[in-house]
Amino acid sequence: MPADNLASSAPKLAPDLAPVSPGTAFWRVFSANRGAVAGLVIAVLLIACALFAPSLAPHSPLEQYRDAVLKPPAWMQGSDPRFLLGTDPVGRDLLSRLIFGARLSLGLGLVSVTLSLAFGVLLGLLAGYARGWGDALVMRIADVLIALPALLLAIAVVAVIGPSLVNTMIAVAIVMLPHYVRLTRATVLQEREREYVLASRIAGAGPLRLMFSVILPNCAAPLIVQATLGFSTAILDAAALGFLGLGAQPPAAEWGAMLAGALEFIETAWWVSSLPGLAIFLTVLAFNLLGDGLRDALDPRLRQ
Amino acid sequence: MSLLEVRNLTVQFGPRERPVIAVEGLDLELDAGEVLGLVGESGSGKSVASLALMGLLAPQARVSADVMRYDGRDLQALSARERRALLGREIAMVFQDPHASLDPCFSVGDQLMETLAAHHGGPRAKLREQALDLLRQVEIPDPEARLKAYPHQLSGGMSQRVGIALAIAGNARLLIADEPTTALDVTVQAQIVALLLRLQRERGMGLILISHDLALVSQLAHRVLVLYAGQEMEQGPVPALFEAPRHPYTEALLRALPEHNRGAARLQALPGNVPAADARPAACLFSPRCPHAQARCHAERPALEGPGDARVRCFFPLADAQRHPLGAPA
Repeated sequence: MPADNLASSAPKLAPDLAPVSPGTAFWRVFSANRGAVAGLVIAVLLIACALFAPSLAPHSPLEQYRDAVLKPPAWMQGSDPRFLLGTDPVGRDLLSRLIFGARLSLGLGLVSVTLSLAFGVLLGLLAGYARGWGDALVMRIADVLIALPALLLAIAVVAVIGPSLVNTMIAVAIVMLPHYVRLTRATVLQEREREYVLASRIAGAGPLRLMFSVILPNCAAPLIVQATLGFSTAILDAAALGFLGLGAQPPAAEWGAMLAGALEFIETAWWVSSLPGLAIFLTVLAFNLLGDGLRDALDPRLRQ
Repeated sequence: MSLLEVRNLTVQFGPRERPVIAVEGLDLELDAGEVLGLVGESGSGKSVASLALMGLLAPQARVSADVMRYDGRDLQALSARERRALLGREIAMVFQDPHASLDPCFSVGDQLMETLAAHHGGPRAKLREQALDLLRQVEIPDPEARLKAYPHQLSGGMSQRVGIALAIAGNARLLIADEPTTALDVTVQAQIVALLLRLQRERGMGLILISHDLALVSQLAHRVLVLYAGQEMEQGPVPALFEAPRHPYTEALLRALPEHNRGAARLQALPGNVPAADARPAACLFSPRCPHAQARCHAERPALEGPGDARVRCFFPLADAQRHPLGAPA
């Protein structure tokens, strides 16, 4: 039997010795991490839900079936066969609302992360590359923002600019911004002293090319990880704002708001508030697992 | 007219009242097609001098020179942008650590093609052809496959070849090689040296070879300048400088070579260190370590004496009789 193993593993060894493309090398490490793959699968399913919500959802997320208020999920007594996961206090189909909620939550996460990544990378790159007083100014502001509790800061921002879905995105983006600025700056400081940067300068590269096409690509790995993990933070923060009534406004099918809206029925109709909570939990878990897997696979210490 | 002419180059760091002097009063001259060896131990200002030439020192560095001319153009009068335009196209550099000097994020082909595109542009297919041609010129086997390789997939010698390909991509006329073989295996060193020399001859480039490897310099350079603590100690043609060093420091460097110590129990090392920034003697910089130092050496600083191609900064240059007998040169 050991001989068999040897014989069968020998031909597999050969391709391992050949140099692999960075993509293949990345996938090899990533796919070995089961948690990360599970996270990826859930994330892909959620994204599919969000993209194809109108065709997947059995009902409109807003239509109220007044004849079927607070119906339990299909596996419980007294359920209505039309509503697989039951209905909420005004008779809206919970499954459809959850599916459309994925749209809001993921979209919200995507927009806030993109916003904060774009500005954070820009500021961090400029601060880290230029140094001097501009750097000091940006970093002190970042320090102040980081010193405030995230949710409190988000509430303060929403309180100033008013509660709405768009303002939630802005608030969450502002809360996350200093983390990206710091991370980018730290990585830039590390990379800018490397010899290939000097080599590019000697080849005649100007400051813009040095910043964006020499230094930035080399800072990408930690930023990708931070952005993926930031995605779940953003969803969680947005849900918290929704729960407090400061995020998406009714009747929008936002998970946080849905959870808050049915809190009074938790004794009699647990599913109305628990299922959105479960959706938030699954999403955050999936993106955290995914982010951890990415971190392992993109760790610069493993890159060489 | 010489390709590069530098008079009285001085580089200082730190506070003006108590500056750290990295390079002091350095004169350099290099003709097209000439190889100048820049020799000295660590901290003698070799690399700082070359970065100062390219205008790439950090803004805190104070660089001054009476003359700094490249190909008849006054480098100090050029704007930062004009000066940058010279880099890569006219002046290029090969580095000590070939792995560190390549961008780990991009393949060899991407880096070559980006450099080519930045210097003269052209359609992608043509750039690719030129990149392949460069890899062939630096004698990389299977250049098609190497084009797709990333720096971490290359051996040290291969990376250095790519580094050289990048340096000649802009058809530079002045190449500065900063310890190009120090990080390489001995067997690979010889190949890289041969490659550099061939390219330099074929292209008629001026080459400044920075090294502390005297054997390497003696093979490559036409003329050698010995730096000590940022000052020129001696300059002379090869092989005369190595056969009959006149400055005690040059002699000490040569005596410390393992090749000259065969059979000896210990290497004849030079005692002491390069003077620290705050302990720079006002007299001869080498006097604290000089075995031949006399009263005058500890009191005054000697000037460079002699014709441009064989000058020495010493009150008492060594005559043949004083020289310690050396073993057969390497």
